[in-house]
Amino acid sequence: MSALSGLAVQVVLLTVLPPLLPGLIGRVKSWMAGRSGPSLLQPYRDLFRLLHKGAVYSRTVTWVFVAGPAVSLAATFLAGLLLPLASSRAPLAFSGDLILFVALMGLGRFLMMAAALDTGSSFEGMAASREAAFSALAEPALLLVLTTLAVASGELSLSGILGGLGSLPAVTPARLLAAGALGAVLLAENARIPIDDPATHLELTMVHEGMILDHSGPDLAAIEYAAAMKLFVTSALLAAVIAPGLAARPPAFAAGALVVAVVVGLVESATARLRLPRVKQFLVGASALGAVALAAALFARGTP
Amino acid sequence: MSLVAAALSLGALGALLSGLLRGRPGAGFFAGLLACAVGAGAGLDLLLRGETAGVLIPWSPPFGALAFGADPLSSFFLVCVYVVGGLSLLYARGYFPRARAGAALAWMNLLIAAMAVVVIARDAITFLVGWEVMFATSWLLVTFDDEDAEARAAGFTYLVASHAGVVLVLILFGLLARHAGSLRFDAFVAAGAPPGGLATLCFATALAGFATKAGLWPVHGWLPQAHPAAPSPVSALLSGVMIKLGIYGLLRTLTFLGPPPAAWGLALLAIGGLSALAGVLLAIAQHDLKRLLAYHSVENVGIIALGIGVGILGQATHAPAVVWAGYAGALLHTLNHGLFKGLLFQAAGAVGTNAGSRDLEKLGGLLRRMPATGALFLIGAVAISGLPPLNGFVSEWLVYLAALREGMLAAERGTAAASLVVVPLLALVGGLAAACFVKVFGVAFLGEPRTPGAAAAREAAGPMRAAMALGAVACVAIGIAPRAALRLVAGPAAALSGTAIVSADQSLAAGLRAIPLSVALLVACTLALLAARRWLLRGRAVGAAPTWDCGYVQATPRMQYTAASFASPVLDPFEGLLSVQAHREDPQGYFPSAARDERHIGDPGEALVRRVLRAIVFTLSPLRALQRGPVQLYLLYVFLALLALLLWQVPS
Amino acid sequence: MSAVADLLLALLILVGLYMVSTSRLHACVRASALQGILLGLLPIALRWANGIVPLDLPVVTLAAGAIAIKAIAIPRLLVRSIREAGVRREVEPMVSLHGSILGAAVLIGLAFWLGERMVLPFPVGSKLLVPAAISNVLLGFLIVVARRKAITQVVGYLALENGVFVFGLALARQQPILVELSVLLDVLVGVFVMGIAIHHISRTFDHLDTDALASLRE
Repeated sequence: MSALSGLAVQVVLLTVLPPLLPGLIGRVKSWMAGRSGPSLLQPYRDLFRLLHKGAVYSRTVTWVFVAGPAVSLAATFLAGLLLPLASSRAPLAFSGDLILFVALMGLGRFLMMAAALDTGSSFEGMAASREAAFSALAEPALLLVLTTLAVASGELSLSGILGGLGSLPAVTPARLLAAGALGAVLLAENARIPIDDPATHLELTMVHEGMILDHSGPDLAAIEYAAAMKLFVTSALLAAVIAPGLAARPPAFAAGALVVAVVVGLVESATARLRLPRVKQFLVGASALGAVALAAALFARGTP
Repeated sequence: MSLVAAALSLGALGALLSGLLRGRPGAGFFAGLLACAVGAGAGLDLLLRGETAGVLIPWSPPFGALAFGADPLSSFFLVCVYVVGGLSLLYARGYFPRARAGAALAWMNLLIAAMAVVVIARDAITFLVGWEVMFATSWLLVTFDDEDAEARAAGFTYLVASHAGVVLVLILFGLLARHAGSLRFDAFVAAGAPPGGLATLCFATALAGFATKAGLWPVHGWLPQAHPAAPSPVSALLSGVMIKLGIYGLLRTLTFLGPPPAAWGLALLAIGGLSALAGVLLAIAQHDLKRLLAYHSVENVGIIALGIGVGILGQATHAPAVVWAGYAGALLHTLNHGLFKGLLFQAAGAVGTNAGSRDLEKLGGLLRRMPATGALFLIGAVAISGLPPLNGFVSEWLVYLAALREGMLAAERGTAAASLVVVPLLALVGGLAAACFVKVFGVAFLGEPRTPGAAAAREAAGPMRAAMALGAVACVAIGIAPRAALRLVAGPAAALSGTAIVSADQSLAAGLRAIPLSVALLVACTLALLAARRWLLRGRAVGAAPTWDCGYVQATPRMQYTAASFASPVLDPFEGLLSVQAHREDPQGYFPSAARDERHIGDPGEALVRRVLRAIVFTLSPLRALQRGPVQLYLLYVFLALLALLLWQVPS
Repeated sequence: MSAVADLLLALLILVGLYMVSTSRLHACVRASALQGILLGLLPIALRWANGIVPLDLPVVTLAAGAIAIKAIAIPRLLVRSIREAGVRREVEPMVSLHGSILGAAVLIGLAFWLGERMVLPFPVGSKLLVPAAISNVLLGFLIVVARRKAITQVVGYLALENGVFVFGLALARQQPILVELSVLLDVLVGVFVMGIAIHHISRTFDHLDTDALASLRE
């Protein structure tokens, strides 16, 4: 596959597929609850409808409120371009891009939190504060996972890592532990149950949904789309860590991400939301898991 | 070198002019600004040409000629000093009321010149003279508002801390001079590395002495007191460059000590990691804007120390790629921190004077009232959080990369593990810093004003905005052109690592090419999305309403989320690491009247230092008996000392 | 002819001893003036002793300067401040006069012992030079330490400076006049500063005892 067509496939995958994942999760949850549930394509319809609406803005807000969703979506898209979805080497891959991957997520979150505070609402402030607390704990866990994988594969770019993992034995302690920690990070980063309930109706308990109470119209569409894209990117990463053979095979990669989404749906159906202090323990636990994975990777490494 | 001399004399002239013409600060200001321009230009020129220059100014005994010189390391710090110095002067032009500008500008000019002298000094005496002038002028500036008891107290703490540090530096130079038989730096280098034990002693002394100036944990206690007490342009100068001269001192010492063993790197990793974490955690707990920024200086100096530590580990494991990335990251972060911390302190100063308070809980909604200051503050905030597309990301990326590479290359598992721990630690610190700056920006600049003072805020004066804008432009420039910025640190990093410039480091170069591409794409995507949004909303109903209050009635600005509430859950998991004092009275009964929940976050490092100081005072308290009061008694001590010296020296 | 120089130096030591042992303030100041005259003559005598033409312009200037400052200007200043501050005209020793004299004797002995050991690498014209210099420094210190009044402290400081001056005569052979003039200037400035200090002490505490300064301790 040439670089250009690879890029095209990557961009198409990255832009078209994401809304399918929340749809799938919703469907799985509905099935588990004994309902038939909305169509798989419901998130697409929601986005389409939002894009065709006007918007209402609070009189308090400034340009930061508008910049938040846009930057968040752009940053998530770029983070997606660092994954080797369509070719063995991602379009933007470079040695050390795993840091950029994490930092891009951080940038999007930074501006989303600022946009939430821009409204002056204490509900949104509360949600932003929780998001800040959770992400500060999730970020080291994510980097511990990526560091573990880097040490295990001897590579420093996501493409290299996922490629390098393919030549290693499928089941090693480091990889299993890392996958577990990454799964926990995925739930936290994407505001899923047990961390946050995306379907909650009580503002006091909202985290992600709380931050976007005042967004409407195309801005809300951008946020929902960015959230779906983030879910897709992290799911694809997790899928590729568990089954590195997926890298550079677009259909398989997409299927892997969908499978992860199904699992997320199952997890959401089976667990209840954690109390706030427990969430932090959960995330610290994820970091600890990552640290053990790193130690395992270091010990598995032959002395060069 | 003659240009540097010109900059120094211009700086002295600026100090003199602003000191003499109190009523007309313009002349001193322009001389100082010109000095900074010339100095920065000279430094840049020397740096890019990779030149090493030196002059010797004859001087009578006891210490002999004064030596000055500029190698790449000096030139780099010279650029830092003069760039941040110039921006601070420019800002000061708009900050000080006319009546006080003369004295402030005089001391600032002198402080900048003293810092330049420290950087280009090539013998211990010149270095110490510059060091002490730097201390004295900065002390005068810290206590500039001397009617304020807090500023005086901060000045006293600064005085004590600085002197404790300089004693250690004196001991360091004494040790080196004994080994080399001269006080000149080139003699220190020529004498070769001291034997292992002495080298480690020198390193430990240098670390302890210079860490005090740099504000590394646990000897940072003076910094969050002194920097907020100073007027804002001075805070920018102190946090932006002066504390970095502690880093310079440490790096300069490393050049005397030969190839460093891994243990030194591990020590720096430990201290740097603790500084970074303690700094950011304590910063989150602050509600005074400038104090918060001062704690972030502790954090960032910690990150710089981490970079140096990884560099040393790389030297010990003979991995040039690690060494270079580590030192380059540390040095670039030094420059970057000077730029964005200067910008942030300047914006904080504008907020303090124009919105009437530096207390976050009394601010709010400033972005509407101070649009330029607010937007520039946001740039600084994103930069200091280490996020793309700004400069903080580039330097932290280098440190990350060095740590990862060292972790993968080091043969010994302990070393590898230590440097790999840096990676999640940096991520944690980065996440916490982002949380902190979301809090600051959100509470101070967004939402509704919480007090009439904040509601009546005005935009900052022209020169202040200009200084902040220039700082922000530099932050953006380094963020989007990291390769050009890296040329600045290439020389000194190579000199420190003792290897030639690693131009063959292909993967690093590839990264530095890819980062601007990603950044450009990020900006393009964002702009495209904003354009699409505008296109979508064209002709549609766009309403304006009060913020959705979730069914509550009449939300008021007082009901906004406060800085303390925002910080509380972030700090929660780390309460075990901090000394928290909580006072809590729960509401009682069916009709509760009063309730409160207070939390005071203390600094365990400061408590540690206080305990050590108390032990020292206790041990030395018998010596108080010597201090009786009569002048004659003190003269007798001098007399006896003189006699003892005579009797000791003469018979031999 | 080194006899004259020896004589002058011996007198210098004796006058120093007298300063320690006298109980009258005016006598003390007068002794200090006498030391000034001796010091003025000393460079001339030393040149004579070394076999150089004893009188030329620099030396005469130095002699005149030393006498003008040390023998006339400073003593007058001191006498005036004694009068103006209304000080009691007695020396108030911290250590008794007998004890001081004994101490002075010991110190002079020490000075001679040290002078024996401290062999200078060039001829200085008189064997007494180094002992005289050291003993004056030590006696000056003794006066400073063992007396209570600020005026006596100035006198002690002058004696100390005189010792340094003598030593300077021995050491600064290349540029004697320059060094000596600068020393003279130093002394003058020092005494001025002390004069101002005396003025302030007497204004603040109503007397000239340095005891009052003890209240400044921690």
